[in-house]
Amino acid sequence: MPEPIPFVNYLVLGEDPHLVAHECKSCGARFFDRRNACAGCSGTEFQTVDVSTQGELRSFTIVAFAAPGIEVPFVSAIVDCGGTSVRANLVNVEPSPEHVKLGMPVKLTTFPIGKDEEGVEAINFGFEPAA
Amino acid sequence: MASEDVFILGIRMTKFGKHKELDTVDLATEATLAALADGGVTMKDMDIIAAGNLMGGAMPIAQVIQKACGQTGIPAYNVSNACATGATALRVVGMSIKAGESDMGIAVGVEKLAGAGLLAGGSRKSDGKSWERSGRFGAVAGVDGRIGTETMPGVFAQIGMEYNHKYGGANFELFAEISRKNHSHSTLNPLAAYTKEMTLEQIMGDIMIAYPNTRPMCSANCDGAAAAVLVSGAKLRTLSQEQQRRAIKVSASILTSDPYEEACQVLPNVNTLTRAAAKQAYEQAGVGPEDLDLVELHDCFATAELVHYDNLMLCEEGNAVDFFKSGATWRTGSTPVNVSGGLQSKGHPIAATGIANVWEICHHLRGEAGPRQIEGAKVGLAHVIGLASACGVHILESNAA
Repeated sequence: MPEPIPFVNYLVLGEDPHLVAHECKSCGARFFDRRNACAGCSGTEFQTVDVSTQGELRSFTIVAFAAPGIEVPFVSAIVDCGGTSVRANLVNVEPSPEHVKLGMPVKLTTFPIGKDEEGVEAINFGFEPAA
Repeated sequence: MASEDVFILGIRMTKFGKHKELDTVDLATEATLAALADGGVTMKDMDIIAAGNLMGGAMPIAQVIQKACGQTGIPAYNVSNACATGATALRVVGMSIKAGESDMGIAVGVEKLAGAGLLAGGSRKSDGKSWERSGRFGAVAGVDGRIGTETMPGVFAQIGMEYNHKYGGANFELFAEISRKNHSHSTLNPLAAYTKEMTLEQIMGDIMIAYPNTRPMCSANCDGAAAAVLVSGAKLRTLSQEQQRRAIKVSASILTSDPYEEACQVLPNVNTLTRAAAKQAYEQAGVGPEDLDLVELHDCFATAELVHYDNLMLCEEGNAVDFFKSGATWRTGSTPVNVSGGLQSKGHPIAATGIANVWEICHHLRGEAGPRQIEGAKVGLAHVIGLASACGVHILESNAA
């Protein structure tokens, strides 16, 4: 079995799956994308930092119309992970306003999204209600 | 009128809606010639043209317009700034006049968007045979829908819900009620794409696009164009009494982009730059929100209108829900907002929007708005925002004695 791969570069798999961010060494701003420089201070030095897997639901929408191939409805969420904002789908929850509440505690989870022709599984992340 | 001031001499929008028989050139030409006629001038009087069109491909729309209705050799600027494209074109012409390079110029925005469907962020990619990383996140497939949403209704739904998380009091029904107001206003606007009164039940019961935005709570994709002729105060003084009377003073013309702050690259922050633009505009114009007789703000979604009450400082910070509930933003209220019907019913042909909202304000300030006239309107504000991100704010004042 080939090793599974993370869906994006900033997801680290293994025993304790978590997200990592590029943190600006001079102002502390955090980014998930490949960086040339910092949008906050134009600094060019970054360090890799772990992002908390626990968070609070700061905003959400329940998307009913999406691009082809995307299952709807799904919950799109903005999660505050100890001061670092993360965009993700909210999973393992009924996609209805009765079940998704602003301010609810959530935690990171991972799940396979499929295999390519060589049998390599890609693993994505999302957040789920924290028990 | 001061020589260094900039005035709108002529302005016009086409009817917004489905124009099957008209292409981009037809619509842009119609708006251009109508704005020139409204100002009592011709293409030969223009010293500059700035124009925008986002969905028509790479064609230089300013030169296309010149070729359609007047090639006079003047500098032509093609501008692109998302939903703030029209406002940016207006500002380019205004800046040229302020800089003393031009006495008179025209700004045009045009879009063919009817039936365009869902507009998304664009980081989509079809799933390949074997995983291959691409883009700045190194994703093995499109992130839209797999890591949150990039669709506009979803992004702006989250912007409204974030406001609700911060200040509370808003819910599905409140957002739908904002939409009901704008649809109600649209019944008086013959140039709006949709002019149907809708009940709260109809709005809430319509197709859900991205909770809490149902279809009528989303801006209507449609075709349309708008154009404005700007003139310097010095030049205006040489024109007829009638032209001077109908001219509208551009008391403030501001464009901002979003300053960095935490989270702004995760969920676009439409608040920082709108508040900054509003603050600068009030200072430049020497007026306050309490002086505004009407406001056209960028209600691309019902959820967006709520946050901009606050960003434009029409209410106290955090108080947008109560402000709306007070009835202030209905056309009968203290600060009528989107009496045109707003983007939800008037429609949103992207590049035209930032001039069409200025046209709506001018129409009232000239006392020419017919059945939907806000009586005695003297000062108005037009606001647009484009992701990610540009904000244009114009404050306009009547020039009549």
